[in-house]
Amino acid sequence: MTYLHWRKFKNIAFHASLYLAAIIVLLPLFLIVSYVFKMGASSLNLDFFLAFPKPVGEVGGGMRHAITGTLYLVAIASIISIPTGLLCGIYLSEFGKGKVANLLKFSIDMLTGVPSIIIGIFAYILIVVPLKGFSAMAGGVALSIIILPIVCRSTEEILKLIPQHIREAGLALGLPRWRVILNIVVKGNLSSLITGVMLAISRAAGETAPLLFTSFGNMYLSYRIDEPMASLPVQIYNYAISPFDDWRRQAWAGAFVLITIVLGINLLSRLLVKIGGLRHLIRRGIK
Amino acid sequence: MVRDIENIQHSFSTENDGNISKKQTFLTYGEQDKFAYYLLKLVASLVIILLLGMIAMLLNSSLSAIEEFGIGFALNDNWNPVEDEFGALAFLFGTLVTSALAILIAAPLSISVAVFINEILPTKLGKLISLFVEMIAAIPSIVFGLWGIFFLGPFVKDVLTPFLKSNFGFLPLFQGASFGIGILTASIILAIMITPTITSICREVLKTVPKIQKEAALALGATRFEMIKIALIKPSFSGLTGGVVLGLGRALGETMAVAMVIGNSPTITASLFSPAATMASVIANEYAEADSDLHLSAMCYIGLLLFLVTFIVNSFARAIVWKKQRKARG
Repeated sequence: MTYLHWRKFKNIAFHASLYLAAIIVLLPLFLIVSYVFKMGASSLNLDFFLAFPKPVGEVGGGMRHAITGTLYLVAIASIISIPTGLLCGIYLSEFGKGKVANLLKFSIDMLTGVPSIIIGIFAYILIVVPLKGFSAMAGGVALSIIILPIVCRSTEEILKLIPQHIREAGLALGLPRWRVILNIVVKGNLSSLITGVMLAISRAAGETAPLLFTSFGNMYLSYRIDEPMASLPVQIYNYAISPFDDWRRQAWAGAFVLITIVLGINLLSRLLVKIGGLRHLIRRGIK
Repeated sequence: MVRDIENIQHSFSTENDGNISKKQTFLTYGEQDKFAYYLLKLVASLVIILLLGMIAMLLNSSLSAIEEFGIGFALNDNWNPVEDEFGALAFLFGTLVTSALAILIAAPLSISVAVFINEILPTKLGKLISLFVEMIAAIPSIVFGLWGIFFLGPFVKDVLTPFLKSNFGFLPLFQGASFGIGILTASIILAIMITPTITSICREVLKTVPKIQKEAALALGATRFEMIKIALIKPSFSGLTGGVVLGLGRALGETMAVAMVIGNSPTITASLFSPAATMASVIANEYAEADSDLHLSAMCYIGLLLFLVTFIVNSFARAIVWKKQRKARG
C-alpha cells in the first residue's frame, strides 16, 4: 500500500466514523420516542384525561388533576416571567450598554447555568418556608425563574438581528424611542418573539426537579394558589417509582402526553418562524 | 453609529418639547423615553437582585450546616440523617464520576456530529439532522428517567454488563453485580442529554473558521480528513473545549433522570455497576421529607457546593467560547 492509499483509506475510515457517530447520537432519540409511544399509546384512554386518581389497589383512574395542575403552574410562571423576560431582552438589545446591562447579561448567563434543583431550593426558602406549606405559588415561581433567562436571551438575540436603519427610520419620522421599540422593533418581529416564549413554555411544562418540594403534588384537583398542586411530571415520577402496575401504566400514558405536548410546542414554534404566511396572519390577527 | 442615533433622537425630542407634544400629552417625548428607560432598568435591576438574593438565601440557610461541619463536610463520606451526621463526599464522588463518564462518551460523539453536519452533509439534510439533535434537548428529563428505568436499565444489565465483564472484567471498574441501575446507566443517560448542548456550541465554534483556511488546506492536496484535522479542529480546539465544558456544567446539575436511575445509595465504590448518589439526586430524594433542621441545612450546603461547582465550570466555558468568538469577529 502506498502512502497515498493509506491517506485515502484514513479519509474513508473517517467518513465512516462520522456516519456512525451520527447514528449513535440519533438512535436514543428514536428509541425513546418510539418506546414512549409504544408504551403510552396502549395505556392511554379517555379516562386518563377526564378521571381523577383512584385509591391504591383499584385499577383505573386518570390524571385530570395533574394536567390541570401543569397548565395552572405554567400559567403562573408565564404571567411572572414572560413580561419580565421580554423587558429584560428589550433592555439588553436596545440599551445594552453600561454597568446594569453588563451585570444583567452576567446574571442571565448564570441563571441559565444554575441547576433547576437549586432553583427549587430557592423557591422553597423564599415561599414555602414563610407560608409554612407547599403551594402552587412556590412551584410557579420556581418555574418562572427557570424560563426567565430563556425568554430574555431569545428576545435579545432576535431584536439584535434587526438592522439599525429600521430604528433610524422610525426615529426620523419623529416617533419617541419607546414607540419605535414597541411599534416597529417588537411588533415587526412578534412571531419570532412568540417562538422564543413558546420554547420557554415547553421547557417549563417538562420540569420536574424544582416542583418536587415547591408545589409538591396532590392527589386531588385543586385551584388554590396556596395549596399543594399536582403536576404531570411529578405525578409521572411518583407513579414510575411506585410498585403498582396500573400506576406504572399511567406513568407511561403521562409520559406520552407530556412528550407530545413538549415536542409539539417545540416543533410548532419552529414552524412558526419558517412559514411566512403564518407570520403575516398572526400580525394581522393581533392588529 | 449608536451615538448618532441618540443625537438624532435627542434633537427630535428637544424640538418636540416646544410645540406638538405639549398639547397632546402631559409628558414630552424626551420624558416619555426617559420613563421607559428607567422602567426597563428597574426590571433589569430586579433580575440582578434575584440572582444575588438567591445566592444570599442559599448561603443563609446552609449556615448552620457550615458552622457544624465546616469545610470537612466535603471530605466526609458519612451521610446518616438518622444520627444527624452529614458529609458530602459520596455525593461529590457520584456527581463527578457520572459527569466525567458522560463527557467521555458524549464529547467525541458530539464533536463528530458537529463536524458531520457542518462539513459533510448538504445544507438541507444538515438542518434536518441538527433539528433531530435539538429535539433530544427538548425531551423532558422525567421522560429520560422513565425510559432509563424500564428500557436502558434492563439493557445495561442484560447486554452491556455481560459484554463489558467478559472483555474488560479484569479491571476493577467492571467488577461486581449489576442491577441495571447504577453509575453506568446514569452516565449513559447524561451523555445522551448533554450531546445536543455540546453539538450546537461546537457547530457555532466551527462556523467561525474562515472558509479560505479550509480551501487553502484542500488546495495543498489534503484529503477531507486532513483538511478537517489541520484547518478545522486544530484552530478551533479551545472553542470545542469550551463547548465540552459547558456540556459538563449541564451534566453536573442534571437531576431527575439521574435520580431515577442511579440507585441513590451514598457509597463510594470502584465498580461502575454499583449504585451511587449525586448531589442533585440526594436533594431531589430527601429534601421534601427532611425533618430535622440540620438535615435541611446540610442539603442546602450541598446545593451551595453544587452551585459553586457549576458556576466555576460555566464561567470557565463561557470565557473560552466568548474569547474565541470575539477573536473571530476581529
